Amino acid sequence: MHGDNTTDYLLFLADSSLIMGQRLSEWTGHGPMLEQDIAITNISLDTIGQARYFYQLAAKRQNEKTGKTEITEDSLAYLRDAHQYRNLLLTELPNGDWGQTILKIYLYANWQKLIYGKLIYASDKDIAAIADKALKEVQYHTSWSSDWVRRLGDGTSESHERMEKALEYLWPYTGEMFMETDYERRQYERDKDFSLDTIRKEWTEEVYHILQEATLTLPQADTFMHKGGKKGVHTEYLGYILAEMQFLQRAYPGCEW
Amino acid sequence: METETQDITITDIRKLLDEVTDPEIPVISIHDLGVLRDVRKERDTFVITITPTYSGCPAMDMITLHIHGKLRAHHIPHFRVETQLAPAWTTDWMTDEGKRKLKEFGIAPPMGSKGGEDLINRHPPCPFCNSENTELVSAFGSTACKALFRCRDCAEPFDYFKCH
Repeated sequence: MHGDNTTDYLLFLADSSLIMGQRLSEWTGHGPMLEQDIAITNISLDTIGQARYFYQLAAKRQNEKTGKTEITEDSLAYLRDAHQYRNLLLTELPNGDWGQTILKIYLYANWQKLIYGKLIYASDKDIAAIADKALKEVQYHTSWSSDWVRRLGDGTSESHERMEKALEYLWPYTGEMFMETDYERRQYERDKDFSLDTIRKEWTEEVYHILQEATLTLPQADTFMHKGGKKGVHTEYLGYILAEMQFLQRAYPGCEW
Repeated sequence: METETQDITITDIRKLLDEVTDPEIPVISIHDLGVLRDVRKERDTFVITITPTYSGCPAMDMITLHIHGKLRAHHIPHFRVETQLAPAWTTDWMTDEGKRKLKEFGIAPPMGSKGGEDLINRHPPCPFCNSENTELVSAFGSTACKALFRCRDCAEPFDYFKCH
């Protein structure tokens, strides 16, 4: 029934979560404290797990349409090139320092929380099930990262300064979350009360509230916003991420542990 | 030697599955954990439905593997394991028996029922000395389902199975 009409949308959700998780995994073994190292690794594990469910569903639907079994979650993750990736640009940006990573997690997790919070009511029951599973996880990420945003923003002059810089760097990549592509519109049209514009308002309100508590400078409403990731036009960073992540499958096709 | 399917009941299968435990917490069965959702029979095939705890939990693959191992070892000829996402797993499904075993093992069981974003703002009593004077050390622990706490009275650190 869905055919591959949902493929782009599923890949958009899957790729965003996978690249977010892959980036965060770079912190493994490098966290400022053991507990925070574990936290980042756990968040990474959650988002990669969510990506797997979306990939599995995308693969299943594409195979159902073609009657073949050649597409798998692994082929989608390991054998597509940068221009075929639909992830938000925000997720591929470098981790930077601890503060920048924390802020990135917060901005992204808060978006996930609101999107999944709506998707659990979607008429597409398979997507609703994944969202339902993931929602509680990203609520936890939001809660944990917002604590850190406040702590660092309203911390020492050094931590405050770094958070200001991080915000200035990351903010122009947040607008893309709410620029609706054709495949998102097709998906959201099925559910009458789904409005990306409403989600944008809720997201902005919640984020501003936390930034205010963190004593950070609220970004201007007319900030220039980057776009392109959702349509496969990426920053140069994505190529490097894929080169590392896909190396094994490119060099030794079909290799298994 | 294969056992004839008609001689095996769902109760028999459930009994065998009671011996399949969480690979990270070997004292608690997948039934006690709430991961085992259903066992039914379709013609001569037993269908075992499980649900994942956290999306990225690596234990799920191990659990599936252990179910296969357990049933094959007992010569169950036809069965399959299905994964179901909805309704999403919650610690509310954990049995009282499971919670008791967790505590005995040194892990504070989930408190109360799921709800909202204040998952970490609860103070589980210490599983060793029962003191309620405990503090959060880390919101994330050794596995996706746990957080790390410390007892202010007996000074022992302990895992808390998060309410989820």
